[in-house]
Order: sequence, then structure tokens, then C-alpha cells
Amino acid sequence: MTLLDAATAATPPRERKPVLEIRGLSVDYGYDENAVHALQGVDLTLHAGEVLGLAGESGCGKSTLAYAATRLLPPPGVITGGSVTFTSARDGHGGDLLRMGDAELRAQRWRDTAIVFQGAMNSLNPVYTIGRQLIDGILAHRGRGSGARDRARARALELLDMVGIPKDRLGSYPHQLSGGMRQRVMIAMALALEPEIVIMDEPTTALDVVMQRQIVEQIMQLKDELGFSVIFITHDVSLLLELADRIAIMYAGRIVEDASSEEVYRRPRHPYTAGLLHSFPPLRGPKRDLAGIPGSPPDLVNLPTGCKFHPRCPYGFDECKLTDPALGPTRFGDAEPQRQVACLLNDEKAAPGPIPLELGVRPEGDRIA
Amino acid sequence: MSVQIDPVTADPTSTATLTAVAVRSKRGRRVQLGILRNRKALVGIIILAVFVVLAIIGKWIAPYNPDTVNATAGLQPPSPDHWLGTTATGQDILSQLLVGTQGVMLVGLTAGIVATLISVIVGVVSGFIGGIGDEILSLISNVFLVIPALPLIIIITGLLPSAGGLTVAFVIAITGWAWGARVMRAQTLSLRKRDFVEAARANGEPLWRIVFFEIMPNLTAIIASGFIGTVIFAILSEVTLAFIGVTSISDWNWGTVLFWAQSSQALVQGAWWWFVPAGLCIAAVGTSLTLINFGIDEFVNPRLRSTAANAGVLRRKKIRARIGFTPVYRGKDNR
Amino acid sequence: MKFLIRRVIFYVITAWAAVTLNFFIPRLLPGDPVQSLINKYQGRLSTDAIQSLYVLFGLDKDSSLWDDYVKYWAGLFRGDFGISFTYFPTPVSEIISQSLPWTLLLVGISTILGFVLGTLAGVGLGWRRGTWADGLLPVANFFSAIPYFWLGLIAISLFAVIIPVFPASGGYEGGLIPEFSGQFIGSAIYHGILPALTIVISSIAGWILSMRNMMVTVSSEDYVTVAQAKGLPERTVMFGYAARNAVLPSISGFALSLGFIVGGTLVTEMVFSYPGIGFTLFQAISSKDYPLMQGIFLIITLSVLVANMAADFAYALLDPRTRQEG
Repeated sequence: MTLLDAATAATPPRERKPVLEIRGLSVDYGYDENAVHALQGVDLTLHAGEVLGLAGESGCGKSTLAYAATRLLPPPGVITGGSVTFTSARDGHGGDLLRMGDAELRAQRWRDTAIVFQGAMNSLNPVYTIGRQLIDGILAHRGRGSGARDRARARALELLDMVGIPKDRLGSYPHQLSGGMRQRVMIAMALALEPEIVIMDEPTTALDVVMQRQIVEQIMQLKDELGFSVIFITHDVSLLLELADRIAIMYAGRIVEDASSEEVYRRPRHPYTAGLLHSFPPLRGPKRDLAGIPGSPPDLVNLPTGCKFHPRCPYGFDECKLTDPALGPTRFGDAEPQRQVACLLNDEKAAPGPIPLELGVRPEGDRIA
Repeated sequence: MSVQIDPVTADPTSTATLTAVAVRSKRGRRVQLGILRNRKALVGIIILAVFVVLAIIGKWIAPYNPDTVNATAGLQPPSPDHWLGTTATGQDILSQLLVGTQGVMLVGLTAGIVATLISVIVGVVSGFIGGIGDEILSLISNVFLVIPALPLIIIITGLLPSAGGLTVAFVIAITGWAWGARVMRAQTLSLRKRDFVEAARANGEPLWRIVFFEIMPNLTAIIASGFIGTVIFAILSEVTLAFIGVTSISDWNWGTVLFWAQSSQALVQGAWWWFVPAGLCIAAVGTSLTLINFGIDEFVNPRLRSTAANAGVLRRKKIRARIGFTPVYRGKDNR
Repeated sequence: MKFLIRRVIFYVITAWAAVTLNFFIPRLLPGDPVQSLINKYQGRLSTDAIQSLYVLFGLDKDSSLWDDYVKYWAGLFRGDFGISFTYFPTPVSEIISQSLPWTLLLVGISTILGFVLGTLAGVGLGWRRGTWADGLLPVANFFSAIPYFWLGLIAISLFAVIIPVFPASGGYEGGLIPEFSGQFIGSAIYHGILPALTIVISSIAGWILSMRNMMVTVSSEDYVTVAQAKGLPERTVMFGYAARNAVLPSISGFALSLGFIVGGTLVTEMVFSYPGIGFTLFQAISSKDYPLMQGIFLIITLSVLVANMAADFAYALLDPRTRQEG
């Protein structure tokens, strides 16, 4: 488990400089009264140099969040509120992506924020060579001046080399490459302009296990070399525990817990997080019982009242059916300043009794009883 | 004559989406209701229904005998006596159109049914058996597809001593089945590899059962759209044949009306009432059928459906839904 | 390469099938009317001509079917399609060679123009779906359902009778002799505008609708989203990524529907009395000139085959996947 060691050993960034601040982001699918509310007032901050994991069951809105934040959500998606502010950690440029015009947004894309998409199969244009697709992105942003094309070509070769693809593959068409190679091409493409943020949307789901590992290790190595921030989306919590600095757990279009991966793993505060952790064998340490989460993921068309998780929650109480908890500090308050949770158990006034043992593991260094 | 080509169903890559929906549509009732909920399809069905009714009752409601010559009332423009005017020999044009509707519909329907039958048999068999049999059947349908159908129909009907409605329908069917067979084959091919068919095969279900109970229900939408496409082709071909005078010029159909209009110099004499209504009838029936086919397309291909259904709301809210630039809509005043 | 060889074999087989079909059709149909026509022309037909008609219609009871078939092929390779009844004693091949260029120019140019314009319009409509442009769809739908010949009639009545700006019929001014002179070419173009316009307008709607639907379908492919995520210029995404892929099925659709379109355009020629092969076919039908009908059918089929092959190769050029896999 070299990755885990590397991730935990890496010193957290001293100054937590935000590069992407998502505030109150809401998204609907559909345009009329019957629209599905896919995201509701999501707050999330990505800091410079950080690897932020987004996890949750399928349909919880993790991909929607990534696409909405980049304004790439296809119809019938529509953003109904909030802001997504990018601030460069290098020179401070940026702004609210939701208020940018087409030209501004186009210029910002790929230069500041690049994305590696889910399906490596369909992410590449089947009728162009991979070289052409690498080069057109570079030229769109750095196309001016003489010799731009030659420089872009040289850069494309350099990028292929960086992800371990032979340079003579520049003239290959996507169908001539294996799935793993195509995903490497996508990674190379994402890094072409040295963006500050790279969003990875389940970059390894379509690949076999060995290939998955290789790709993930490569991403982390490149991240250490080039120093970009990563939003890593996956349903595989165990993978996130290994590589993410911080994890945000999503449920029914909301973030229910946001904490460092160490904290999520050792001291989950939300019943859903605890449930997710019980869905796979522990990475190390003593074995624990494997148990899934009872019930099925929520139907966004027909959401329950109050806390959206309460029908499946083993610790639910009456108030949960009425109040939809907001993301806020944990019950341990100032002892855990860096983490947030959306669960009424953490609200001393609302909760019927002490926090259940499993969700109440004391924070480290907490001396107060 | 124009024939609607539909690359969405013809494109092998899109068959995956098609099947995904087709498989879900195993619950037959919901399919039928769903089609009616599509506005395009509904408009098409209503227009078509009007013409079907006219085809049945046309003979009785026609105010005159379409053949009756009236030398004193030649080439009259529309009037209360003759709503659509008269021909050079004083025949009532409205009556000719009404009586002719039956011929058009009957030939369209017969040719559509026969051609669809051939295309389903050839397509499904070809897709299902694979191997050399498939190669030969696809080759035959491709040959039929490439050979220009209309000249072939003209040659055959031209050589026949007398070409009545049914003969024409069969000739059209024999030349017009290939497109459907091609689409059907592609679809069967992708269905054959699906789990539920594999499972049925593994269970040792007899071939006819697999074909009729596992494969055919999932081809419903494609068979329907193939049938409608063939009916359009048949109607246009039949009218064209009648117009150029290859088929019997004494059987009334819309093409015959146009044949007489053309040969009696209606154009030069400015007798627009003689040739405009017949063409509009053809266009109306054609449009209604293409509308139904679009309805089926939108029903089967969700990518087409999502925007079609929302166009009104989008315009009202001034949202421009497009790929790659998600709209931001913050309530009525929109920021 | 494998792809090309496969296609060429296909076209050879199709051509063979068309010729064989042409050989058998008159044989399968009742022969009496042909016999009577031959009798009617008896005095005027030479023995050679009668012999070739006997081969063409299988009336020679002495020779076997196979012998007829071989003779038929031999005749074709010599360019011998028999003798026309109506233009006796002009050979069919000569009549065809006079009318074919007219058709190739008129139908060729207007069909391709219709496809190109319709496809471009479809790209625009598909890309801007959900805007006012969608209002054009019902119009296109209506036009796609109109028979070519009827639109021709309307065009003549509007632009040749009511507002006489174009000639109603013919391919060139009556007194002119076909030659390469400015006057003649100008006259030919002037006469060709109305029929060409008819063909373009009738065929364009179908291409608009199919390309628009293809654009809508392709636009939701991942690579289009990736292209937008890369911040490529709108034109590059629209043409290079979306339209470039959407046009592939449209081209194969074009190849496959050429047969239909050509059929329709031939009737347009009849309406305009355009001196092309369609009008000649029309005359052959009215005078029951069987050898001419047969010859024209064969030529039309072979021309469509050649056009089809061209469209096929264009497809292969545009899609790298066919080039490799075959």
C-alpha cells in the first residue's frame, strides 16, 4: 500500500489557498415544474495542491456536481443557483464561472480546469488522430504567433512520453489504441496546458484492475510533479481513502460529510459514511463485519421529507423526518475545525441522546470528556 | 418523389440506444400510449385518419360521378357547384379526388404490408442465422437497395399488358422491401447478442419461440417505422406511375388526376385547381406519415425526445439548452 | 484495402444482377404484345434487328436460354442494346448517348447541391436545436413529402406561366444546334435552372431532417463534450467534432437512397420535357418502345452503381475505421 503511505505521509498544504469555491450550487434536470432537483445548495471548496475525493452511490449527483461546476452538464441540465469561483493560486486571476460569457469561459477551460472523462471509449473523436486532438486543444489556447503549430506538436509528443505512450502513436486513431492507452491519452490531453485543477470523473471504471492501479499511480505521480489540484470522483471509497487528502460524501444531491480522508476512515460522523465504510473490507487493521446499507439509493424524482437518508438510517429519530439538516460543524465543534457534516445527531439540541458510539469516536487530541 | 431516409435507425452505432429503449418497451401498452402522447405523432395520426375515412366513404360522398363528361361546364374554376372546379371535359375534380383516395390508400397499404412482411422475414432470418446465409441475404437486399426502384417498376408495369392497382402494389412491394430488411437485420444482430436471447438459447428454447417471443417484440418500433416508410414510398411511386401514364388511366387516383391535368395542358391554361389539390393531398398524406415516423423516432431515441418535448418551456424561459454550455437560470428575471 | 475489394466485388455482383434482371424480365412477362409489335414493324425492321429483338425478348424458340444469355452479354459488350422502335432505325445506344449527358449534368449537379445544402442546413438546425430554427422543421417535413413531379408542375405554373421568367420545357432554345458555343451553353443553363431548382428543393428537405437528427444524436457523444471542455472554438466543435461524425451515416444514406432520388428526378425531366434520359424513357413508355426502355433501365442502374461507389469511397476516406478494418 505504497500509495496510502505516500498520501498520509505527505504534509498537508501549510496555507490552504482555495482554487475552486462552490457555493450554494443547485442543478435541475428538466425545465418545467416536473424538473428533478439533482443538486441542492452544494458547498465545496478545493484547495491548491489538494486531492479532493467525491464519493457516493450512483445517482447521488457526484458527476453532476463536477459537470455543473464546469458548465458542461448536457441538456436537460440547468443550473438554478449558486456560484463557482475559480481563483488562480499562481497569479490570482479568475472569477465566477456561472457568470462568464462564452468567450471568457472558453478561454478559462482547459487552461485552468481540465477534465478526464468517464468513458475513455467515447471521449476521443473517432475520426481524428490522437495527435490532432492533442494539438487542437493546445492551439486553441496558445495558437498565436509563428511556429505555434510546431510548438504544439512538440508539446503533444512530450505529453505522450509523459504518460508512457510511444511517440510514434501520435498518428494513431483512437480505435487503434487499447482502453488503457486511450485513457492515458485523455490524461495527457488534460495536462496539456498545465491546468491548476484536474477533474477526474471515474477515470478507471472501464479498465481492468491492473490497468486501474497503473493509471491511478500515474495520476498521483504526475500530480506530485506538476502540482495541480484534483477532484477525483468515484464510487470506490477504498480507492479514495488511499489517494485523497479530503473526501466529500454525497447523498441525494447533497454533501453529507466533508472531512480529511483519515478522519472519514477512522471517525465517520454521518451514518451514511459509516454505512459506506462497512460496504468493503477494511484496508488494514482488524477485520470488521461487512454490511451494506439497507434499502436502495434514493429516487430523485420522489425524495423523502426531512433528511433524505432517514428511511435507510439505523439511527434515525422523529425529527429526521421533518428537518433536512444543513452541512455544519460536528458535535465536537472546535476540536474538528476542518470538517463538516449534515446530520441531526450532531446537533445537540435536536438529537434525542448522546451520539451513537460508532459515530462518536473522539477526535485526536480531544481531552474534554 | 422523395423518400425519407432515416440514418438514425440505419446507423449501426445508434442501434445500441435503440435496443436499450426497445427492450424496455416490452410492456406493449405503454408503448402505444407513449406514441399518442407525442404531439407530432398525434397530428400525423389525425391527418391520416381523415384520409382513411375518405378512402372508405369517398365513393358515396362524391357529389358527381368522376367520369361524367359535361361539355357545357368545361374548365370551370371552383364554384358552389363544383368546389374544386372542373376538368377540360367538365368532370368534377373533387369527385375524382374523393373516389381516387381509395386507390391510393389501398395500394399504399397493400404494398406496405407485403414489403414489410418480406423485409421482416429476410431481415430477421439474415440477422439470426448469420454465416453464409446472412451474407447471401444481405447481398440480395443490398442489390435491391442499389438498383433504382422506380425505373424498375416502370419497366415491369410498362411490360405488363394491364397494370391494375393490386399488380402495382405487388410490384412496388417487390422493389421496396430492401431498406426495411437492412435495418431489421442490424437490429436483430444486436438483439441476438443480448442476455435474454442468450439465456433463452441456453435454456434450449425452440428457435421459433425465440424469434417470436424474444426478438419480434423488441422490433415493434422498427417494424412500425419501416412499414410507414414503405407506405410513403408506395404511395409516391403509385402516384408517379399514374402520373406518367404507365398504369391504367381509367382507375381514379390522385396521380391519374394529375396525368389528365398535364396531358390537357392545365398548366398553360392556368387551371391551377386541376393540379394543386391533388398534389396537396399527396403531400398531406406523406407529411402525416413522416410525422408518425418522427414520433416513433423520438420515442425510440431519447436524445431526440428530450429537446422536442421541452421546446416550449425553453422558449418561454429564454433558456438555450446546448451542449457544453449549461444554461444558468435564476428564476423569472433570470439574474 | 480489404474494404475496397469487398465493395468492388459487391458492385460487380450488383451490376451482374441488374443485367441479368434486365435479361429475364421480358422473358417472365407475357410475350404476345412484343410479338405483335415486331409483326407491326415487320416490313421496316431488318433481319438483323429482328434477330436482336428475338434475343432481347427470348422469342427465338430454337436457341436455348443459355445461348440467348450469352448473346445478350456479347451484345452489351459491343454496346448493342438493340434498335429503337420509335426512332427506327437508330440504335438504342445512340439515343442513350445523346440524352445521357443532359441527365448526368442536371441530375448530378442538383442532387449533389441538394445534399450539400441540406446537410449544411441540418448541421445548423441540429446544433441550434431548441431555438426558433426548430420552427423550420414542419416546413421541411412538408416539403419532403411532396412528389418531385408535382413541385415541377407548380414551378412551371408559377415561373413559366404566371410570371414567365423561365422556359416551361426543353433543354435549350429551339433553333440552336447542340455545340460548345457560349450561346448554346447559356441557353442550356437558362433552361436547366427551373428543373434543377425543383430537384434541389424536393430533395433538400429530406437531407435537412436526417442530418438534423444525426447532429442531435452525435452532439450528446462524449467527445463533443470533451471538445467543449477543451475550450475549442465553436466552429471547430460544431464542424470538426459533431458534424464530421454526423455526416458519416448521412453519406451512407445518400449512397443507398441514390436509386430513389434518381427515380424521382427522371420524372422531373418528364414534366419539363428535358432532353435527358428520363424524358426519353417517358417517350419510350408511351410508344411501347421496349428495347429503348430496357436499355435506359440498364444505363440508369449502372450510373447509380457508379455514383454509389463514389459515395462509398468518400465514406471510406472520411472514416478511418473502415479503412483499417474493412
